[in-house]
Amino acid sequence: MRENESALRNRDGQPVRYLVVDDSVFARKNLGRMLQMIGGEVAGEAGHGLEAIQQYDRLRPDIVFMDVTMPEMEGIEAAERIIRHHPEAQIVMVASVGDHENVSEALRKGVRHFLQKPTNPELLSEVIHHLLRGEEAPARATVEKAGAL
Amino acid sequence: MRLELIQPFINAADGVLGQMLHSPAEVREVAMQEDVYRRKGVAASVVIRGDLEGCIIFDLEPEAALRVAEVLAGAEAGSSEQIARETVCELANMVVGNAVTLLNNQGFRFKVFPPVLHTADDGGCAGTSQSEALALCFETSCGRVHMNIALDYSRRETAEAATVRP
Repeated sequence: MRENESALRNRDGQPVRYLVVDDSVFARKNLGRMLQMIGGEVAGEAGHGLEAIQQYDRLRPDIVFMDVTMPEMEGIEAAERIIRHHPEAQIVMVASVGDHENVSEALRKGVRHFLQKPTNPELLSEVIHHLLRGEEAPARATVEKAGAL
Repeated sequence: MRLELIQPFINAADGVLGQMLHSPAEVREVAMQEDVYRRKGVAASVVIRGDLEGCIIFDLEPEAALRVAEVLAGAEAGSSEQIARETVCELANMVVGNAVTLLNNQGFRFKVFPPVLHTADDGGCAGTSQSEALALCFETSCGRVHMNIALDYSRRETAEAATVRP
């Protein structure tokens, strides 16, 4: 992982702000811990898709990390709704099931990247840096990783 | 019990445990089990329905659950039993998720239900008909992790296959 990650900043020079969406408290804590290691701040958390939409409207985070399978509203639908109202939204799906169908559907709906759990700080850092530079993240690499286990 | 359906789960458990705990997990015991499952500690079960049907139980001995929670969620969180239970559910979610990704990509279609805490001291998953299971034990740096896999082709799938391929 790169050095000086604590200085991660968005285009406005502010610390990068994340929204972490997962119905598992443990998964949110685990991802939040990795994001803090990488740099920036976890501005908010949500336990399901509907809450994610509300939190996005309220917080306007730089990057959203979103689980797929959740109660109330699933992640891909929540991502689609957020992107419909905020085309600039940068959403990364982080899910246990990373089959081609899920990945294709998410990318078609405007999600920027798809990571399969378990993820790690190095991969997260790479994706965040790509997004902050406005580049397409190397989606293919993580789809291949999804089938590698 | 079809071993070709079991292998993705063994590979996924091996990969996920190794990556999450930063050390290799070794399979120590493998046995077919026809008796009801006896819980060893903190356990979560995941039900699968569709082309394949069955249930996977993921069970960590109490000390192992706390140590895994400590490794994954931080030392301060590791002392909480609630976090230990969440950890086991999320581990089950990741292992089953990785395994079903492989099976989905082979063309199987099924629904995976979210992990639920398995609280009975003995007994299988509610609502599943599989009577035979493969019981495995992984030795990890945090202690023993038990996995009980009861999975087979669905009866509907088997009947359709018999019709199409007499």
